[in-house]
Amino acid sequence: MKSKLNLDFNVVNSARQHAANIAHDMQDFIDRHTTVSTERTILRLLGVDGVDEVDNPLPNVVVDQIKDAGALPTGAAYWMGNAIVQTGKTPQEIAEEVGAGKLEITKLPTCSQEEAAAALEPAIKATFERIDMQKAKRAEYLKTIGEGPEPYLYVIVATGNIYEDVIQAQAAARQGADIIAVIRTTAQSLLDYVPYGPTTEGFGGTYATQENFRIMRKALDEVGEEIGRYIRLCNYSSGMCMPEIAAMGALERLDVMLNDAIYGILFRDINMQRTLVDQFMSRVIIGYCGIIFNSGEDNYLTTDDAIESAHTVTASQFINEQFAVLANIPENQMGLGHAFEMDPSTTDGFLLELSQAIMAREIFPNARLKYMPPTKFMTGNIFRGHLQDALFNLVAIWSGQSLQLLGMLTEAIHTPHMQDRYLSIENAQYIFNNCKHIGDEVEFKEGGIIQSRAQEVLGKADALLAEVEKEGLFATIEKGKFGGVKRPFDGGHGLEGVCVKGENYFNPFIARFMDHE
Amino acid sequence: MADNKNTAIAQVDLTKVKPYGDALNDGKMELAFTLPVPYGEEAEECAKQYVKALGFLEPNVTYYHELTPGFTFFVVYGSAQQTIDYTAINVPKVEGTVMDRVECGEWIGEHIGRDITVVGASIESDAHTVGIDAIIQMKGFHGHFGLERFKHVVPYNMGSQVPCEQLIAKAKEVNADAILVSQTVTQKDIHIIQLTKMEELLEAEGLRDKIILTCGGPRISHELAQELGYDAGFGPGKYAEHVMSFIMQEVEKRGWQDKPNIADR
Repeated sequence: MKSKLNLDFNVVNSARQHAANIAHDMQDFIDRHTTVSTERTILRLLGVDGVDEVDNPLPNVVVDQIKDAGALPTGAAYWMGNAIVQTGKTPQEIAEEVGAGKLEITKLPTCSQEEAAAALEPAIKATFERIDMQKAKRAEYLKTIGEGPEPYLYVIVATGNIYEDVIQAQAAARQGADIIAVIRTTAQSLLDYVPYGPTTEGFGGTYATQENFRIMRKALDEVGEEIGRYIRLCNYSSGMCMPEIAAMGALERLDVMLNDAIYGILFRDINMQRTLVDQFMSRVIIGYCGIIFNSGEDNYLTTDDAIESAHTVTASQFINEQFAVLANIPENQMGLGHAFEMDPSTTDGFLLELSQAIMAREIFPNARLKYMPPTKFMTGNIFRGHLQDALFNLVAIWSGQSLQLLGMLTEAIHTPHMQDRYLSIENAQYIFNNCKHIGDEVEFKEGGIIQSRAQEVLGKADALLAEVEKEGLFATIEKGKFGGVKRPFDGGHGLEGVCVKGENYFNPFIARFMDHE
Repeated sequence: MADNKNTAIAQVDLTKVKPYGDALNDGKMELAFTLPVPYGEEAEECAKQYVKALGFLEPNVTYYHELTPGFTFFVVYGSAQQTIDYTAINVPKVEGTVMDRVECGEWIGEHIGRDITVVGASIESDAHTVGIDAIIQMKGFHGHFGLERFKHVVPYNMGSQVPCEQLIAKAKEVNADAILVSQTVTQKDIHIIQLTKMEELLEAEGLRDKIILTCGGPRISHELAQELGYDAGFGPGKYAEHVMSFIMQEVEKRGWQDKPNIADR
């Protein structure tokens, strides 16, 4: 296909190669380390769930015990496998005994690594049967009731109460939404554990718990069958428990997960070593399970200027793509992010937005691009806001975006009311239908504003990636090259949960999750 | 001509104002809302009666639509009857003159004679940095540069989800003249709870009169801030220059020119 923007694909290839080198460089570091959250993920995938009598999740209780004994470098898989060999019990029973203070998992007699690995096989098999069943269920739904056309209409619910969320989500699906994201309560990203059970209290969102996932999944399947369209469920595989939530998403059939290789570092001040190790584990799970990940490049533009720093978005998309390649995520599950966040008072700003969006599509033709609405320049003037969202929708249909997170006219005022979602969906449906083939019909003036802008941004992204490759990703983040945010190598939350793998370490899931397509 | 010019204005009775559509005192208002009732003619009538009960005359449902079974959305027009005495209104405002960025820098140089130190954060559960960044970060917001670009101002931006204790500790460590607290999330009045906690902790530490305490956010007004015991509050449309104009004049008023250290105040 000929580039409408007259992009030089030698520059695209160069940028992609720099990003691949950056990701490879990081992968060496990732492969040598593990984290408490990665180890808790392994336990969850072995079937450990529930809480002790003071509501500590059992995966935390077990991993903390191993860590306190200085035995984390050997990995939770070994200690759990060994405990199965020594006691003949299941992982859940063993975790419950640890939780009840009846068992010190590192104080048992020890078997060989091979014996421990073999003892885990039944639990691993059960988990894969469940995940494969969920994948089959999704495939069957897509075959029988089908799905809406792209761009998928993606809306959020954020009441804080999962049961109220269900009402809002089903209403949105009936109005035409294709994806429902349950926004997380504002403080969850920095919790070093995943809360347990159904929840009815939250601020600006609802806790991500496995039970809440289950409740919403069931509600969306019901409404999907009713209206004859599969409704995708989205939540956050991010923050301190990034891989654990990916595992929960795999088990409960989430379809889309917010997941970014560097977002947590920049915007939640999570330690960079921790995040990079965690993102790998989360992404191998996501890749296997057919989940579309959404990266968070749109956020750069809320802290940085969308016109000046557009190239950082493009550069980060390349990096997120290459980390995804290393985790064996298929292209059609790469929901690379970007946003319509330029100051609306900019002369010809619409042309610049259009240029950026079409460029993203041409560079990543098979990705499931996720397009984010205006937020930074939404004012509380709902009438103007509705118009801003309309221009955003016009760019989306024109440039062929995949996941359209619908803007709400009440952005900057409150989390959406039921009628706001209806008005947003109506806005998008009107424009998507009324302008359906605009992208096929319109070409751009050679050397005009739109073409020149894309070429300039791509060139800058390539130059930035060359610089990052030279300095290394860690050093680049320390210098504040992304989002204008500086983060130190040894700073931020969660560093104490990172450790170097010992000689006998093993993670039984990585190879199995990587084994597809 | 002179008569025409005065006609509309002359008829307004500021002791009894009501909404204006296209004629004075027509009271025209548009409302949009959802009722938890099934879609249908009864729903339309219900919306009409509801708006009537609110005190509107001639309610007119111009549009209604089923959101989902059991919920109906309405757009309704009506004529409001309620009036307000505009002449009796009193809105507390942040005192002092507002200067621009360059003037602030010069003013501090002349009147304070030392740098002013401020510490800012989005506190407790609030993960949003957008507000505190708009005020402190160099690039600011809407073309209004942040405090990092101000001369004679030393700002510390601690980011989001900062516990109150940590913010106070930092203010002590750097001898801050002022603390800026940002709150974006307001669901279930979480901002009130957190802002109150901050004020009470500062009081408990015996620092309340030794540090200027300000807050800001999309749902914060100066009046609310004062109710919560803050020295000033900054809502939408307020930028770094508004915040610094207030702080520097307050520093002068309190005679802290020669008291950069908290211990001396």
